Amino acid sequence: MWLSHLLIGLVRLLIGASPRWMGSKPSQVQRIYFANHTSHIDTLALWSALAPHLRVRTRPVAAADYWNKDPIRRYVALKGFNAVFIERACTDPSVDPLRPLIEALEHGDSLILFPEGTRSAQTLPAPFRAGLFHLATRFPKVELVPVYLENLHRCMPKGTFFPVPLICTVRFGAALKRIAHEDKTAFLERAREAVVKLA
Amino acid sequence: MTAQDKFFWLMGGITAILILASLVGWLLDHRVKHETQRVVIENLNARVRAWWIMVLIFAIAFFLGKIATLVLFAFVSFFTLREFITLNPTRPGDHRALSLAFFILIPAQYYLIAIEWYALFTIFIPVYGFLLLPSLSVLAEDIENFLERCAKIQWGIMVTIYCVSHVPALLLLAIPGYAGQNALLLFYFLLVVQASDVLQYIFGKLLGKTKIAPVVSPAKTVEGFVGGALGATLVGAGMWWITPFTPLQAAGIAFVTVLMGFLGGLVLSAVKRSVGAKDWGTMIEGHGGMMDRMDSVSFAAPIFFHLTRYFFAL
Repeated sequence: MWLSHLLIGLVRLLIGASPRWMGSKPSQVQRIYFANHTSHIDTLALWSALAPHLRVRTRPVAAADYWNKDPIRRYVALKGFNAVFIERACTDPSVDPLRPLIEALEHGDSLILFPEGTRSAQTLPAPFRAGLFHLATRFPKVELVPVYLENLHRCMPKGTFFPVPLICTVRFGAALKRIAHEDKTAFLERAREAVVKLA
Repeated sequence: MTAQDKFFWLMGGITAILILASLVGWLLDHRVKHETQRVVIENLNARVRAWWIMVLIFAIAFFLGKIATLVLFAFVSFFTLREFITLNPTRPGDHRALSLAFFILIPAQYYLIAIEWYALFTIFIPVYGFLLLPSLSVLAEDIENFLERCAKIQWGIMVTIYCVSHVPALLLLAIPGYAGQNALLLFYFLLVVQASDVLQYIFGKLLGKTKIAPVVSPAKTVEGFVGGALGATLVGAGMWWITPFTPLQAAGIAFVTVLMGFLGGLVLSAVKRSVGAKDWGTMIEGHGGMMDRMDSVSFAAPIFFHLTRYFFAL
């Protein structure tokens, strides 16, 4: 799709977004990439860092309250980077906000997830929300790959609308080991540590 | 000889040199056994490959004309400034100033060359940039290291935008008896600077013993510098026929250019090493970043421009 090429071209021009595979290798295996979140370009940066044949099967998770707000953003999110929408503030208890993510994983796609749930002003990630844990428990075969996005907080800090071009790297770590019967808090802390270790 | 004939002779010569370099690299690659030598040869071959690409890009831009050349150098400024700011971080309060530098100052500076407004081109960044950028930063009300941050940004834009833009600015010089041939002068300048870099590298690798500035640039040696500087001056003198200079004038100008290029390499090496980096980036395989190739160009360009303008242009 022309829009994807345009977005990737812009990301490369602005921030480079070159991948560093440190602990895992590019692979067709179904994965959940989870990363620290500091700017609006994060999703595209991580997605651009993947090789084209991996990118077509990898869908970034995007906040519905931002990307599904008006037709233009929805068009960019769906056609540009093949996003999966997630409702961050879900009030209806009968609806599982993870439903669209589960469907994408059942369909065999990989996901890009920012488990902090929102952009942080710090270089190190805030505590993770529970979604990653639920997905990990439900899909024990899917590889959980930690990713650290370096420098992106400097490119486009929260509250700014224009990026500053800086060279950013996307570091992929080793897939998280699965520990049977690990409780939620321990798992989420371990996942967060894996991202911090790449910093 | 017409300008076009000169251009084709020049390109033919450069292509011949690159073919020779590729052949030598290929032969060396098949002959070395030792592991440490292999690393050197692989780096050499990566450099030669990058040269092919760089020469091709420049040749196409020159062939397409003035606007294409200006756009090309605007991108060179963009990428070198990107590398400079990446290695020399500022604070979030400088965000607006940096956006202005990248998205307004770069296009504006090259636009001024395009419309041949010489007077504003020479003072735009040293005066207006100098006053505007800290004025934008100060609005963020962050005083931590304020002077240091402003100095970093101003220094960065002087080197990457202002100095680099003097290369394509050669196109706006009106030199009697040389009309329509300014692109050749631009090529001549790049040839002398890059020949000096390459010859310093070769002489340094073959004969280098005495380090010239071990702290700032461990690879630079006295033997490499003398051999490279003399060699590039000879190249500059030998290529006088594509310039408005006599052979002797060409040698003099080439010598000054080489000297400035050497100093530029040293100064920018000190900047990158002060922040603990060995290369400015990874854009050009074997060479490092864009700035690793443009450091000598940026220091030599304004001097070459003004020498030519003062002594030869109207």
